[in-house]
Amino acid sequence: MKDLAPEPTTAQANPPVQPMESNLLPSDVVRVSATSNVPQPERQLTKVAKLIDVSKCIGCKACQAACVEWNDTHPALEENVGVYDNPHDLTPEMFTLMRFTEYENPQTGDFEWLIRKDGCMHCEDPGCLKACPAPGAIVQYSNGIVDFISDNCIGCGYCVQGCPFDIPRIHKTAHVSKKCTLCSDRVAVGQGPACAKACPTECISFGTKEDMIAKAEGRIEDLKSRGYDNAGLYDPQGVGGTHVMYVLHHADQPSLYAGLPDDPQISPLVQGWKGPAKTAGMAVAGLAAAGAVLHGLLARPNEVSEHEEQEAEVLVDQGGRDNDGGQA
Amino acid sequence: MTNSWTDIKNTDLVIIMGGNAAEAHPCGFKWVTEAKHNRGAKLIVVDPRFNRSASVADYYAPIRPGSDIAFLMGVIRWCIENDKVQWDYVRNFTNMSYLVREDFGWQDGMFTGYDEETRNYDQESWEYQIGEDGYVLTDETLQNPRCVWNLLKAHVDVYTPEFVEKVCGTPKERFLKICEMIGECSTPDKTMTSMYALGWTQHSKGAQNIRGMAMLQLLLGNIGVPGGGMNALRGHSNIQGLTDVGLMSNLIPGYLAMPKDSEPDFETYMSTRANAPLRPNQMSYWQNYRKFMVSFMKSMWGDNATAQNGWGYDWLPKLDVAEYDGMRMFDMMSKGEVNVYFCQGFNPILSFPNRGKLTEAFSRLKLLVVMDPLETETAAFWENHGAYNDVDSASIQTEVLELPTTCFAEDEGATVNSGRWLQWHWKGATQPGTAKTDNEIMANIYQRVRKLYEEEGGKVPEPVLNVAWDYADPLHPTAEELAKELNGKALADLTDPADPETVLRPAGQQISGFGELRDDGTTAGACWIYAGCWTEDGNMMGRRDNSDPSGMGVHQNWSFAWPANRRILYNRASCDLDGRPWDPERVLIEWNGERWVGPDVPDIAVTANPREVGPFIMNPEGTSRFFSRRLMRDGPFPTHMEPFESPVANPLNPSMRGNPVARIFERDLADLGTSDEFPLVATSYRLTEHFHYWTKHNVTNAVTQPEFFVEISEELAAEKGIQKGGRVRVWSNRGQVWAKAVVTRRIRPMVCDGKTIHVVGIPIHWGFKGAARKGFGPNTLGPVVGDANISTPEFKAFLVNIEPAEGGAIA
Amino acid sequence: MNIDLSRRGFLRLAGAGAAATTLGAMGFGAAEAAVQAHVRDFKLATTTETRNICTYCSVACGIILYSKGDIAAGETAELIHVEGDADHPTNRGTLCPKGAALKSFVKSETRLTHPRYRAPGSDRWQEVSWDEAFDKIARALKDDRDANLIERNEQGVPVNRLTTTGFLAASATTNETAWATWKVVRSMGIVGFDNQARV
Repeated sequence: MKDLAPEPTTAQANPPVQPMESNLLPSDVVRVSATSNVPQPERQLTKVAKLIDVSKCIGCKACQAACVEWNDTHPALEENVGVYDNPHDLTPEMFTLMRFTEYENPQTGDFEWLIRKDGCMHCEDPGCLKACPAPGAIVQYSNGIVDFISDNCIGCGYCVQGCPFDIPRIHKTAHVSKKCTLCSDRVAVGQGPACAKACPTECISFGTKEDMIAKAEGRIEDLKSRGYDNAGLYDPQGVGGTHVMYVLHHADQPSLYAGLPDDPQISPLVQGWKGPAKTAGMAVAGLAAAGAVLHGLLARPNEVSEHEEQEAEVLVDQGGRDNDGGQA
Repeated sequence: MTNSWTDIKNTDLVIIMGGNAAEAHPCGFKWVTEAKHNRGAKLIVVDPRFNRSASVADYYAPIRPGSDIAFLMGVIRWCIENDKVQWDYVRNFTNMSYLVREDFGWQDGMFTGYDEETRNYDQESWEYQIGEDGYVLTDETLQNPRCVWNLLKAHVDVYTPEFVEKVCGTPKERFLKICEMIGECSTPDKTMTSMYALGWTQHSKGAQNIRGMAMLQLLLGNIGVPGGGMNALRGHSNIQGLTDVGLMSNLIPGYLAMPKDSEPDFETYMSTRANAPLRPNQMSYWQNYRKFMVSFMKSMWGDNATAQNGWGYDWLPKLDVAEYDGMRMFDMMSKGEVNVYFCQGFNPILSFPNRGKLTEAFSRLKLLVVMDPLETETAAFWENHGAYNDVDSASIQTEVLELPTTCFAEDEGATVNSGRWLQWHWKGATQPGTAKTDNEIMANIYQRVRKLYEEEGGKVPEPVLNVAWDYADPLHPTAEELAKELNGKALADLTDPADPETVLRPAGQQISGFGELRDDGTTAGACWIYAGCWTEDGNMMGRRDNSDPSGMGVHQNWSFAWPANRRILYNRASCDLDGRPWDPERVLIEWNGERWVGPDVPDIAVTANPREVGPFIMNPEGTSRFFSRRLMRDGPFPTHMEPFESPVANPLNPSMRGNPVARIFERDLADLGTSDEFPLVATSYRLTEHFHYWTKHNVTNAVTQPEFFVEISEELAAEKGIQKGGRVRVWSNRGQVWAKAVVTRRIRPMVCDGKTIHVVGIPIHWGFKGAARKGFGPNTLGPVVGDANISTPEFKAFLVNIEPAEGGAIA
Repeated sequence: MNIDLSRRGFLRLAGAGAAATTLGAMGFGAAEAAVQAHVRDFKLATTTETRNICTYCSVACGIILYSKGDIAAGETAELIHVEGDADHPTNRGTLCPKGAALKSFVKSETRLTHPRYRAPGSDRWQEVSWDEAFDKIARALKDDRDANLIERNEQGVPVNRLTTTGFLAASATTNETAWATWKVVRSMGIVGFDNQARV
């Protein structure tokens, strides 16, 4: 008899080693890329969130190491290019990254070293999923996790275009798009993500979105008492809120933190492709085919060029028109 | 640490100076963030670089490497001037009122008794005035000009905020702001904690840096209290344990002293270790030295140690110099005076200063034996790796044996954390190949040498043959067997001295604490401070009850802390003269009228009346010392001394170079550089992504910081034409390295005495083995000069130069 | 045949072969075309847990080793993961970047597996047996001791001092190893004995 996994939180208890019934099932999926008529789940999982308190972050990269070890990825050994950020960007083998910014605060005259853990924000309204032409390659669970199902991915790179945070990366040899899963395999057995478990200063925490917002409020109060008048929570509404949130000392200027978007929105292009009610089976299939062609199937580079982008737009438009109201 | 990691949550103010806790001890630093979040604590960071600790600090100030004493004496001066003194604490628990000999004094940055010839002080005058009753003379009114209080005031008088700015390069307003923040902790209910590491020890006056902060903490009443203390953040998982167990040239386990050449027999050795109290009623706990020593000798030599043979005293090696530390051995080695050398999990080719000299020294050995889980640069010092190890293999005649050992996952035993917790770990993986545990390796070496002596005889075989070695498998002593020896046991029935009929501890049983040790050979105990770690109740180090009923972070039933499972040293000082806690909200122990009670084990006899017995029981005074008597070779007060390689002269004495009593060998003196040729101040440090030279073997960690770099300011980069991410060559009078340049605003030029000082930061983590890119370390550049008291190399302040370098490293 | 992979390949082929052909026309509904959403199997299930302490700094974080195979049951065990021990009062389950990557340290390619010997002037290692290695060490140690031990000082006092052999002790071995090492080193008369406290 398997135990049912508990609600996931950060490091409340050690991971189970006994077999356990997963808490995150196919039936918990609420959205699927290039797919309409996703069956209504029988249950609504509690919305979860990862809270990253940038003011407590020491930039130690434990999150990066924990991510690599848990997900068994193999990031490449790069060079030092004069900064602490290593690897220098997110890669298909490095789902999260500390980004370091040196900032002279004009108000106080003080120097600040702003360090932000970058990675998938798990948007409530995920641009990647909307842009994705491959059926089932991107799914969203009812707890808010946006996960990539590599088996369905065609590596076209549209998710990269669709993401307002520039997160997904295309694997050059496996031809699939990769990003943070919010450790869906851990969440499924009641554990928080590996990064949150590791974080030495507990600047990363994980739990229900409600609890994380409450926790953030306490931190913001503390920061305000230390002179950070503009401290606040980053939970951008342009993408419907996110399931990865930041506490920022300068919430009035998110872009100070290595270019965190001040007001992220899904690209109008992607919105135009497929509004939530507009997706149709034929369009999906057409997109899948078009995506695969543009992507060049195994032989060509995976980047989507501007030209190809336009072609895709045409195809999408046609597909959309042809199948408007239709059903496969 | 006097306190523990978890205790840091009880603090009101954290000062990180001489360390970088967020970077080097991230999970311990968690407790700083807890204190900030839950108590509203503030964090101050004072460091040459705006480091990762500074990135989450409330206040940061820069300081020139090697000028910490001036800063600390400046803070003490400011506290005295502004009456930020915890008077009840200082009057009752320190030696402020004690009178010092009339002939003690100082001038030009030097204390009385200096002899330039021997580079040594005659310490005769550095002592209290002792009355006819054998006790120290005191003046409770603090009026006597010879009392410690008045001497201290006079000593720190020169360290004005202006002097601090001139010497340290710390802007005066930043210094004063920090003084004010620190001054707030002089009230009984506010505490500051000091977190430091090799940023303070790796100087030619490292121990005095630490003394400086310890004195400030005494002034604020912060030693022995929750959320206070002097917290040395040890660098390795068991460097505390290896020091406790005395793996240093001058130590016997439990901080007993190796005998000297001048101590011909056991009684002579003991004669200077009576430790009679210097004030009435004091415990002076070192009076028990003989019990600890005799019990140690019984563990070492077993039945062979008897009262008649001075417990085997003749068999112990006797020292003819203060220490045969690493740097002395390498100097001897470079002269061909060493034949065989063992490195057990240690990579000196990357960690001791002047790598060129080290390579030369190792090349003169006959046999080098390396035991390690990993390939090391030391084992492969003879391999040519181009510029990264430019040697001629054919000309190196040293034989090398490299023995694969298990690592932590593959063996069991205890390691001691910074807070003195002995924590047991268990084996969870099978070792690779034929790797063996260190116990097995040491046992095999010993048994084979022993056999040779049995078969062939030889020179003085007794010490070899007389070692107690009654392990079930002589070739593989188990961790349990060795741990039980460290704890100690009764060798005969231990009877109650008041009632010889009553057996307190039957022969053969493990003792439960060092109070049971005896000096008549009826007890054995290899390391008296560990007594209690493995008792008749079993392995106390393996205890895993993490409850903390008091909420004070004591965790009394988690593992075992030395001494006596005490979590905060000197905790008697957390209460006032009547035994009431200074802060009723933070109670560790308290006097209930009859005995000491509370969540921690009291650091005083449990029935000792608080008005009679002082809290610092290891000192014969029962108090703590502002004036440290003859404890340290370089003076009873800390005085500002420049590094041996410095860009500026010492304003207290411009002709003085470095620490006047630090040991420096002839060749190394000649290898020092001067600021006309090497105008930049270099300082070495760890990065959080790596652990020493180990994690470069690990791909995951190598990826997060793949390549050797140095850090410089934008101003220096502009002056030298160095690009961010460009290649540079850095050189000192001892060697050169090639690195990538991290150009940053986190390092700024400082102005000291009108002179612009640039700092070059050099992290330590690269070599020519492992998964990361090949690189260098600061030890190619650093000088061979050590702290005057403990011979820690001066890696934190030395001189270099820098220039852009096209292309890669050049052999 | 791996159904998941074949389906994915099939999708791709479908796209490449005929952009105009819809999957629906080929008999797949859109939802059916995709491999069902799933999370990765939880990799610690059925592993053996062992309590340990991190080998790096002196914070001494509690860790749990997750292995395939149980040492306590006399089996061999392969380490597959290391994680912070949530029950440990100091680290409460957290780990720094080094601690979080301990598994990769244990399994690093540059771990030593067999004793090796380098001969004078040589530019390479050669494997030797433990017996050969131990015998060589014992011989060298005894020969050096017999030749160079200072038995007595000028006053005739026994000093049993050997300065021509030295020993650098580790920083991460256990107390128990430290004690065994102390006994062996001092019984030989070695005074050049140091550890890593200073560097």
